[in-house]
Amino acid sequence: MSELNDLYQEVILEHNKNPRNFREIADANHQADGHNPLCGDALRVYIDLEDGKVKDVAFKGSGCAISKASASMMTQAVKGKSKEEAEVLFEEFQKMVTGNLDIETDENHLGKLKIFAGVLEFPARVKCASLSWHTLHAALNEEETVSTE
Amino acid sequence: MTAVKQMSNFDVNKIREDFPVLTQTVNGKPLVYLDNAASSQVSNLVIERGSKYLAEEHSNVHRGVHYLSQLATNEYEKARENVRKFINAKESKECIFVRGCTEGINLVANSYGRKFINEGDEIIISAMEHHSNIVPWQMIAEERGAKIRVIPINENGELVLDEYENLLNERTKIVAVAHVSNSLGTVNPIKEMIATAHKFGVPVCIDGAQAVPHLRVDVQDLDADFYAFSGHKMFAPTGSGVIYGKKEWLDKMPPYQGGGSMIRVVTFEKTTYAGLPEKFEAGTPAIASQIGLGAAIDYLNSIDLDAAFAYEHELLEYATEKLSNIEGVKIIGTAKEKASVLSFTIENVHPHDIGTILDQQGIAVRAGHHCAQPVMKFFDVPATARASFAFYNTKEEVDKLAEAVQKVIEVFA
Repeated sequence: MSELNDLYQEVILEHNKNPRNFREIADANHQADGHNPLCGDALRVYIDLEDGKVKDVAFKGSGCAISKASASMMTQAVKGKSKEEAEVLFEEFQKMVTGNLDIETDENHLGKLKIFAGVLEFPARVKCASLSWHTLHAALNEEETVSTE
Repeated sequence: MTAVKQMSNFDVNKIREDFPVLTQTVNGKPLVYLDNAASSQVSNLVIERGSKYLAEEHSNVHRGVHYLSQLATNEYEKARENVRKFINAKESKECIFVRGCTEGINLVANSYGRKFINEGDEIIISAMEHHSNIVPWQMIAEERGAKIRVIPINENGELVLDEYENLLNERTKIVAVAHVSNSLGTVNPIKEMIATAHKFGVPVCIDGAQAVPHLRVDVQDLDADFYAFSGHKMFAPTGSGVIYGKKEWLDKMPPYQGGGSMIRVVTFEKTTYAGLPEKFEAGTPAIASQIGLGAAIDYLNSIDLDAAFAYEHELLEYATEKLSNIEGVKIIGTAKEKASVLSFTIENVHPHDIGTILDQQGIAVRAGHHCAQPVMKFFDVPATARASFAFYNTKEEVDKLAEAVQKVIEVFA
């Protein structure tokens, strides 16, 4: 189970059980839907962008533990950040889970999100971890839906 | 394998020796292959037959006068005759080779549909169909201005047959239904359903992908008009498959695809088509795969198949009981008549997480919607985990599945 522990770490299991910012934002000025047709994961990301800053961010939807925990920790990570900072995190996260960023040696701002580096060992699950980030990216850029296919 | 208690006087350990893939380890654990409904494994007989064909017999079929072409043609046609006997078709030319069940259904939807389905007509399918027995019919319905009518299912995952009878009428042009549901395991009473449709003069197209590997199929006894199945779910290579059709229907239907092989005379003004089965086999077919399908049938004929099917059924019942007794596990699909498939969910755990944790234990199951999104919607789940059995699986493997499911529950507790 050692490999498994890399994926299902306590923090991830805890966020899966108690996802943060798991709610709608009724008057969000940005939102997008993301879905993974392979497994049926579907979520909606809401962003309240004010003066170029993420004033509030939340998500709703259904998915596996990895996608839920990833979305939950994403909302924590980008809240209060500028749009540009959020986009940098999106890019770094994306690079990390596709093996194009070494969290030990490459400069990054991922912080707690580094926990998702373990997903690299589970190619079938990379899309689960990145779905919420793609959806955030779409919402920030006024795209309405995003699919991981 | 350690000795496993035999069921039904069926020597599973001996059978397992015929399937080399089963001896490997995955993630450091012996492979427990429970994804047979997605694709089954092939026996040494099939592997050796494929190698022999590629090494000694390969050429194009139905084309050359030379030795190899005739040899390949003979072997290809022998495979067709094998299929005929296995499903008890009247004539081998009623067994059209296609690349799988999906292509078989598309062939019927397109060819039968363009000839016989018109505006205002109705096509009956069921609520438990695989996407491959929904989408081709939707496409032809849209093209022809016809309507799709759907036989509902009940909470056990059984068809509501009274509703089926009510749906049949003079506008019904075809009924398309699965013999065995890939997501629920339900065995549908297709013989009775076909008889009912025939009272209205309506032909029936059966998706037999999950049935042929798990129960005896006799297309004449069923009186099926069309019966589609895939080789790769019945211990043959991918790319092999069959659409059986009654000669009287196939003769009236136009070709599905145009090309080589399916013609008699071609001029720029007019082309006349070949007879059956060539009319429906445009282009060079998957010769090696279809010969592999013939060999897979040889293999099935070489074992006590009835004992194998009975054994597999006991395995399904054993697994159902084992998983049902675990708190938090819910079985999706509890029909009285079931085959091979055990779909389940675990409370508060997404099936994808189940799939990954099981994989770490060397256990291969399918996690997802099983190409049956309407079924998932009916049971109000985004997806399920699905263990599906073949006669080479063991009770010990079922025990490992149950242990691993317990582990999933512990991880997510």
